[in-house]
Amino acid sequence: MALSTSSNFAKPDDAFRAIVEAHRGLSDAQSADLDAALVLILANHIGDLEVLREAIALAQRRMVDASQQQQQQQQQAQKDLN
Amino acid sequence: MVADATILSRAPPLGQSNVSMAQSRNQFGYRRHADQDRSGADAAEHPVVVVGAGPVGLSLAIDLAQRGQSVVLLDDADRIGEGSRAICFSKRSLEFWDRLGVGSRMVDKGVVWSVGKIFHGASQLYQFNLLPEEGHKRPAFINLQQFYAEAYLVDRVQQLAAIDLRWRNRVIGLEQRNDQSVLTIETPDGPYLLRANYVVACDGARSSLRQMVGAEFAGQMFEDQFLIADVKMAAEFPTERWFWFDPPFHAGRSALLHKQPDDIWRIDLQLHPDADPAIEKRPENVRPRIARMLGHEKFDFEWISLYKFQCRRMEKFIHGRVIFAGDAAHQVSPFGARGANSGLEDAENLAWKLDRVLRGISPEALLASYHTERSAAADENIRESTRSTDFMAPSSRQEARLRKAVLSLAKETEFGKRMINGGRLSVPSIYDSPLSTADFDSWRGGPRPGASMLDAPVAAHAGDLAFLTEAFIKTGTRFTLLEFANGVAVDPPDGVGVIRIGGKDGLLDAAGLVGVRYDAEPGTAYLLRPDGYVAARFRHPTRAVLDAALARAVGIN
Repeated sequence: MALSTSSNFAKPDDAFRAIVEAHRGLSDAQSADLDAALVLILANHIGDLEVLREAIALAQRRMVDASQQQQQQQQQAQKDLN
Repeated sequence: MVADATILSRAPPLGQSNVSMAQSRNQFGYRRHADQDRSGADAAEHPVVVVGAGPVGLSLAIDLAQRGQSVVLLDDADRIGEGSRAICFSKRSLEFWDRLGVGSRMVDKGVVWSVGKIFHGASQLYQFNLLPEEGHKRPAFINLQQFYAEAYLVDRVQQLAAIDLRWRNRVIGLEQRNDQSVLTIETPDGPYLLRANYVVACDGARSSLRQMVGAEFAGQMFEDQFLIADVKMAAEFPTERWFWFDPPFHAGRSALLHKQPDDIWRIDLQLHPDADPAIEKRPENVRPRIARMLGHEKFDFEWISLYKFQCRRMEKFIHGRVIFAGDAAHQVSPFGARGANSGLEDAENLAWKLDRVLRGISPEALLASYHTERSAAADENIRESTRSTDFMAPSSRQEARLRKAVLSLAKETEFGKRMINGGRLSVPSIYDSPLSTADFDSWRGGPRPGASMLDAPVAAHAGDLAFLTEAFIKTGTRFTLLEFANGVAVDPPDGVGVIRIGGKDGLLDAAGLVGVRYDAEPGTAYLLRPDGYVAARFRHPTRAVLDAALARAVGIN
């Protein structure tokens, strides 16, 4: 695995906060614009296609998880109704 | 460039046009051939029939004829097609045409260019040079109307007795037998039959041969419509490729401006997907758009067409004894000059292989490498041109957002500039080929096996100036050993030509560039294929390794 998923920031809360604060006061569309630019800047800084692909795959698993979760919730709701 | 496009509508050339002059010069008569007098059971038999006298079919026929093959070349029209089609011909294509004896005519008439500029809105974002170094015989690109290229190729064909070019011969039937095909050909005198050992279909994007072998193909159809206008005007724009994203004169879409000979300028405007072609193509609607772009109205239309395009290729380029080349086999979007140029690369790849198979000195399996090498090249061209098209016409809001971010980042970052995709221009593919011998020496540079030869200045004596690509032609455009002198020369295998650099009787590496471009040391040798691609390379070859590399390159093992 080329992608590092160990914790790399001395203060992870500061890093999370920096990103959150960058989005404060923005509309959803503005936030999406900011994220698009940020992703491209960071991807170029990494400069390694293999790392980038692994990062994309890791992010994409959130989508899968989210849709599975939604499905489970729907099934549960159906059961509750029955 | 748009031969691969679906032309939605055409307006005829307007006003005084060099196109109509070219038409009268490029009109050819139908002539009845003795083959037409034979009965079907006694149909004439020919080793190769090439269908389609466009740039690909003409170039292939010339290459085959120069190798000693007799070629029948059929075309369903009786003149060279007019209008706005391919205009950008690559260095690689020019080097091929040099081998066919037509390169200089093309370059003399063409507009030489190597610089492209990308604009966003009113400001320039990025500039690139496709050939930033000296010491090449040919430029990165020339722009030349396709009808000129075809006219020069037809002139060359007429010098070669081995090519029998038959106009108004339309193939309407194909029957494949084990070792030959029978073609039914319609002419003004009625139909006749021809038998061919090999048929090469160079009959364009709407190939009828492709239908006849049942190999119609699907692909990605792009929804965006593009408007092409060739306009005639005296202008002082430099001979560069200019590409705009969201220009002030064409808000929200892209535009391209490129110079051709005879004061003709190619203008390519992206339209909205829902634009009505019938309305858009009207000169009174096109004119104000272009006037806004140019800042004046002093131009005349040569041509207006609207098109959509597809990116697709046949699954197999070889169907029995019928081989497909050019647009018949693969189509791309026009951004990148990958249509005609890739067709010409097909022709140079196929000609020497077909010649060897017809002579019986290589097994038929050699032809399979044509499919392997050129279908991979087609995939690369499709990938590149699809990426360019996607960048120009983002298909989702997020794609549009990412593009917006790239264009915006390009104003202040180098990486942003390099990510802008306004068309990645055609360069020769590097073949991952069964004909190549893998490197076993260590190399720091130079063209690797499967790559095309690099040009560089050489000299027969001090003060002389020639090029390596010229030495390759002089040696006979055949398997050639490019060797860097090291005292004792290796005895080359039979039939292999030699270009020696340095030593007592070798060419001078006057500018030192041959050595650099080939990462050469004394004793280094490259085995070049007849199409100028590298088959193998060695630091200190023995005759045995050369024999083995040659055998592999001709399909013997």
